[in-house]
Amino acid sequence: MSAPSEHVAHHFPDLPTQAHAARLGMWLFLATEILLFAGLFTAYALYRMLYPSAFHGASQLIETSMGALNTAVLITSSLTVALAYHFSRQSRGKLAAALLGITLLLGLVFLMVKYVEYSHHFHEGHLPGRFYRYPGLTVPGASMFWTMYFLMTGLHGIHVVAGMGVLAWLAVGSWRGSYGGAYTSPIEVGGMYWHLVDLVWIFLFPLLYLI
Amino acid sequence: MSSFPAAVPFPSREAGGDAPAFNERNYLVQRRGLRSWVFTLDHKRIGVIYLVLTSLGFLLGGIYAMLLRIELLTPGPTIMDAMSYNKTFTLHGVVMIFLFMIPAIPGIFGNFFIPLMIGARDVAFPRLNLFSVYLYLLGAGIALYGMIHGGADTGWTFYTPYSTTTITKVWPILLGAFVLGMGSIVTGLNFIVTIHTLRAPGITWMKMPLFLWALYATSVIQVLATPVLGITLLLTAVENVFGFGIFDPARGGDPILFQHMFWFYSHPAVYIMILPAMGAITEVLCAFARKNIFGYKAVAFSSLGIAFVGFFTWGHHLFTSGQSTVDAGIFGVLSMFVGIFTAIKVFNWTATLYKGSISFQTPFAYVVAFIFFLIFGGMTGVALATVSLDVHWQDTYYVVAHFHFIMVGGTITGFLAALHYWWPKITGKTYSEKWGLVAAVFIFLGFNFTFIPQFLLGNSGMPRRYYSYPERFWPLNVASSAGASVLALGFLMVAAYLLLSLKYGKPAGPNPWGSRGYEWNTLSPPPEENFLEQPAYPRAPHDYTDAAAAEGTR
Repeated sequence: MSAPSEHVAHHFPDLPTQAHAARLGMWLFLATEILLFAGLFTAYALYRMLYPSAFHGASQLIETSMGALNTAVLITSSLTVALAYHFSRQSRGKLAAALLGITLLLGLVFLMVKYVEYSHHFHEGHLPGRFYRYPGLTVPGASMFWTMYFLMTGLHGIHVVAGMGVLAWLAVGSWRGSYGGAYTSPIEVGGMYWHLVDLVWIFLFPLLYLI
Repeated sequence: MSSFPAAVPFPSREAGGDAPAFNERNYLVQRRGLRSWVFTLDHKRIGVIYLVLTSLGFLLGGIYAMLLRIELLTPGPTIMDAMSYNKTFTLHGVVMIFLFMIPAIPGIFGNFFIPLMIGARDVAFPRLNLFSVYLYLLGAGIALYGMIHGGADTGWTFYTPYSTTTITKVWPILLGAFVLGMGSIVTGLNFIVTIHTLRAPGITWMKMPLFLWALYATSVIQVLATPVLGITLLLTAVENVFGFGIFDPARGGDPILFQHMFWFYSHPAVYIMILPAMGAITEVLCAFARKNIFGYKAVAFSSLGIAFVGFFTWGHHLFTSGQSTVDAGIFGVLSMFVGIFTAIKVFNWTATLYKGSISFQTPFAYVVAFIFFLIFGGMTGVALATVSLDVHWQDTYYVVAHFHFIMVGGTITGFLAALHYWWPKITGKTYSEKWGLVAAVFIFLGFNFTFIPQFLLGNSGMPRRYYSYPERFWPLNVASSAGASVLALGFLMVAAYLLLSLKYGKPAGPNPWGSRGYEWNTLSPPPEENFLEQPAYPRAPHDYTDAAAAEGTR
């Protein structure tokens, strides 16, 4: 039961067990995140079924190219975070930190694009519920599309911001050389979280922009 | 292999080796000062903090319950107006469910005993564990703020459109419940990872104490169901404050969607409440029957079975909400599957008791009460799952009595059995056995007196959530209120003698019940490091084969 590394907490027998626990914990946490979004996806499915023409009409009002750009940005950021983990395992902390920094920048680009889109929708009155005031589409259920759009992308946006906070913290730690060699679980589980943020967007993009 | 409980030698600090020892160097006093409690990462201290907090929650919920019973003492207005009554039953439900029923057994006994039962030093994520306590405090604080500033009159179910059109301020309570849910998720996640990764050598999955199987099943529900409640409550709060229209028919929304999403969590949530109680009962029952559990695997897997099928039964809350007859029938049959898994447990418990060497002490009294309440509540549950009967009973006192039998009768007797059984391990002191039995009788009789009249009231058509009623319902309501007073007296007695035992109780010794449970393999109260040396686990956790001989090796 002797601690082989300073990174092993006193209640774990060894580093692999601790890393396994961290990974398992993150998988479970990701499951809770998926179920959190599942509620919104369920509501989306119901209202899309109830108001197919309103949803179709409203989704024409979104700029598909913006969504496609953001999809590319997030997929690239998933690559950079995976590379950061790869180099962290080789104990190249500064390179890993730089890659995490690029991931952060990509997250920022995503949010900026989202800001441009949101301001456009606010300007045009593409808004949820009682705030809806777009004269071009008046079929029943049109405001419901924007309710779903803002709730789903809004909750996703909050997750992007939270993920960026985690990545910033990891980047600082990696730059200072806190991770490397056998001890890389923080970057691994942080990266897993970022992948989930990416994955949720990959479902949001077709549902809101394409169909 | 030495005789039980000497898998680890107990160094007695008292003069005269056999005298009951009180471990002076224990987790309660090894560190001192307020900071050592506020920032503690010790799972045992966190369990004790949960004990204090959830007991306060139970007291608050109980005060609301008594106010309700006083109001219902006479047919017309008694002590409050209709709005106050609505707020009171809402807060009774919210407080009892979110501040007591869901966190109590996992928070207290799960935290305290999971590491002791698997021979570990702590849970997998001690900081997250402390974080869950603060989430509880924060959630409770927000909810209490909401109760003081306005309150809510929607019932704890927050049904739309009540909750989106009410004149009361419902969003703080929704937000509080959301934060409490996060705490519940964190606890469940922590337990699953702990059980997967920190079992000591020798404790295989099939050698785990059955309490852990029950908590594992509970944790799975907590992790998978609670997020859905979280998003539902957030959506309702958004709807309530901003009017996004998601549940508002005037804007194309569907209020029934709320019911589906709410019960997708809140039905499995009743198994979050009862499964840990079932697990604790299994431990106590084996210890006091001095017999190994009959059908270990059946009891273990029926916990998982309840957790699994519990996810597919939510529709039985919507039989009268416009659900199709086919759907209602399917949900009804699926709900009855829960009865099958529960019956598997009850039969195995009964078979364990058969030819056992039963010692009828306070924890065992609660085991007997538990089995009674579980069967009574469970059978009425099967009746309610029958669609044609439910249409008659929907939203009557029959439903109220049914879920109180399971959730209050079942969970509280499971909680009290666990509390009395493990009290000597947690505090190192013994309570008054005589008062223990007296209080158990009060609670058992008081409970039946409170809720059996409510079955009769519901069957004759008295609807729930009304603060006045026709005079023909008067006598049974008086009986119910009288029973509630007896029940409350029983709880106060328990609180009194347990608190007195802290000061005047005799030292318990490491294993006062002669239990074979792994958690007794250490001193009472345990030292901060749990075990003085890593215990060995040569036996199954409920194995009493050689108990009579007291020294046999197996």
